[in-house]
Amino acid sequence: MIRRISGDDAYDRYLMHHAQFHATSVDVPAPLSRKAFFKLWQESKWAGINRCC
Amino acid sequence: MMQKRLKTVGWLAIALLGAYALSGVALQRGESINAIWMVTAAVCIYAIAYRFYAAWIAAKVLTIDETRATPAERLDNGRDFLPTNKWIVFGHHFAAISGPGPLIGPTLAAQFGYLPGTLWILIGVVLGGAVQDMVTLFFSTRRNGRSLGQMARDEIGSIGGTAALIGTFMIMIILIAVLGLVVVNAMKHSPWATSTIAATIPIAMIIGLYMRHIRPGRVLEASAIGVILLLLSVLGGGWVDHHASLRALFDHDGLPLAYAIILYGFAAAVLPVWLLLAPRDYLSTFMKLGTIFLLAVAIVLLRPEIHMPAVTQFIDGSGPIFGGKLFPFVFITIACGAVSGFHALIASGTTPKLMTNERDIRMIGYGGMLLESFVAMMAMIAATVLEPGVFFAINSPAGVVGKTAADAIATINSWGFAVTVEQMELLAKEMGESTLFARTGGAPSLAVGMASIFASAFGKSLLALWYHFAIMFEALFILTTLDAGTRVGRFMLQDILGNFHQKLGETSYMPSVILTSALVVAGWGYFLYIGVIDPNGGVNILWPLFGIANQMLAAIALCVATSIIVKSGKVRYAWVTGLPLAWLVLITSTAAYEKIFSDDIRVGFFAAANHLNAQLLSGLLSVEKAAVAPRLIFNQHLDAYLTLFFVFVLWVVVIDMVNICRRFLQGKHVLASSEAPYVKTILE
Repeated sequence: MIRRISGDDAYDRYLMHHAQFHATSVDVPAPLSRKAFFKLWQESKWAGINRCC
Repeated sequence: MMQKRLKTVGWLAIALLGAYALSGVALQRGESINAIWMVTAAVCIYAIAYRFYAAWIAAKVLTIDETRATPAERLDNGRDFLPTNKWIVFGHHFAAISGPGPLIGPTLAAQFGYLPGTLWILIGVVLGGAVQDMVTLFFSTRRNGRSLGQMARDEIGSIGGTAALIGTFMIMIILIAVLGLVVVNAMKHSPWATSTIAATIPIAMIIGLYMRHIRPGRVLEASAIGVILLLLSVLGGGWVDHHASLRALFDHDGLPLAYAIILYGFAAAVLPVWLLLAPRDYLSTFMKLGTIFLLAVAIVLLRPEIHMPAVTQFIDGSGPIFGGKLFPFVFITIACGAVSGFHALIASGTTPKLMTNERDIRMIGYGGMLLESFVAMMAMIAATVLEPGVFFAINSPAGVVGKTAADAIATINSWGFAVTVEQMELLAKEMGESTLFARTGGAPSLAVGMASIFASAFGKSLLALWYHFAIMFEALFILTTLDAGTRVGRFMLQDILGNFHQKLGETSYMPSVILTSALVVAGWGYFLYIGVIDPNGGVNILWPLFGIANQMLAAIALCVATSIIVKSGKVRYAWVTGLPLAWLVLITSTAAYEKIFSDDIRVGFFAAANHLNAQLLSGLLSVEKAAVAPRLIFNQHLDAYLTLFFVFVLWVVVIDMVNICRRFLQGKHVLASSEAPYVKTILE
């Protein structure tokens, strides 16, 4: 639970999502590395309003 | 049957206990009242409101449909659209909506006594704030997670959309400035606080590097290391404070500290998120949740007495922290914790894209806001357990009570609140500070309140450590809001500039990043600067301005909600959002009117400007005051026009909304509902 809420397991879930939905098609690129995924994940997280007064 | 009867009896008991506790809080006179009654009243009222009112809104007004697929399910992309466990969404949503606002507002409003603020927090959240959050979350979930601005454009028209956009940008600027001011007032001539807060920056960077390069994505272990380093930085600050030469490095006036914050804000907006913002946010979220939990436990264990009177003489408008009568200013001062328009941006941002099922909207939207309201209640308790004399000595600016300790004490005693110079000196010494006078803004008095509660519950000898822990904890997430807000302001500005010159709209184009960050920082930096040089403490000007802006945004969100409810043929339920909307329009308009036209120089912007101008012309001001007077006069004018602009925007949207509802009811053409078509869920 704490791992999930803090985003600690975000990469594991991304791999699962990738395996589940994209593994069957041939032209889909391989999943991102942990490092590249994490960078992307953080950048998209902070691209909008997500902290308030 | 038996079970049903038991349930009815149980809810009746909760209702009676709540009513008993609330009447105790409201009617107690003479003797002091125990904080546990405030907690009891709050919890019972929240429970009843959640069980009955929120459930009724969900079933009748919104007609929540459990069989309908949410955008998270339909548009699942494994990243931002993602069906997520409801408790996880609750955690994200709560972490996003609850910033420093619910801690600061109630502390400032405590100058009216504990009762007005407490009643407004409870009534405001049940009928206003939680309703706003819940309906906005619902309508955004039904519209593929669209933002408030987009929904305003789709449902009311382009004017509403633009108003929401401008409102969001302005509120961000004012909010950051006032939060910066709160941190500056906490750090002023306090080497301990300053060095501890400074240390949080390299700590965040170390954690950022750790999560990016050493152990990518290991959020939990990195945060654990960070929390330990933060606690060490509180201890380290104490060591710096006792070190003669290091001490001088961190002992500063307000102005240099303000410049430091401005520089820091610019750096934070330009640096990559993984280096500073994201790691700081992990630390501040863990700290925030931990500390608030600890505070709740301490209040229940300790059951402190409230020392502030129920109502003080300052309801007549002569309050030292901010000028203005009880009505409308208590409703402007406490926004977060009662009704906060800012939440509508979160409820139409990340949260709707994570909802697995519509049935969780009540828990996340309504329940999340109830929890924030509870945080505001605890801030109110922490402020009012202080002796009122001490509370006013910490929070009254020098321009109101006088510069020397003896002057300040004499003024406060003349109001009928007992406090002595020796008492304040002893308290400052216990807290490890040189002085606690004129630390306007709420953070230091809250820290003193929290430190006394913590110290009584968990160890008396550590008062100074608890005080600086509380300061660090507040500064940590104030700075997170400052970083995140500056960055969002930058994105919004880039978005606008992109319409004129495409390259400026690219978020990774460095010259544009630097230009727009500098513009946003200059915007809030200006208000922060004026706040620091203002002898009346700046909070007196900035906090009401923020409150008006925030309530204006809430009113826009409720306008969007009301128009959707009417257009869906449920005009008989329009009062659910219409009632809080009418109240918000009334209080923002009244407050704005007073801020612009009042003759009281501590309330009216023009009155203050004219008064200062007259003093300047007749040579009554000292040399240093005369030097800054023209800037203060200009600022008072600017603030007056800004307030006028806020009310103008508000009324334009309200009139637009009423027109749309009228046209709909007359059977004329209106913008069609932008609700996404029904798709049956296939999840469980």
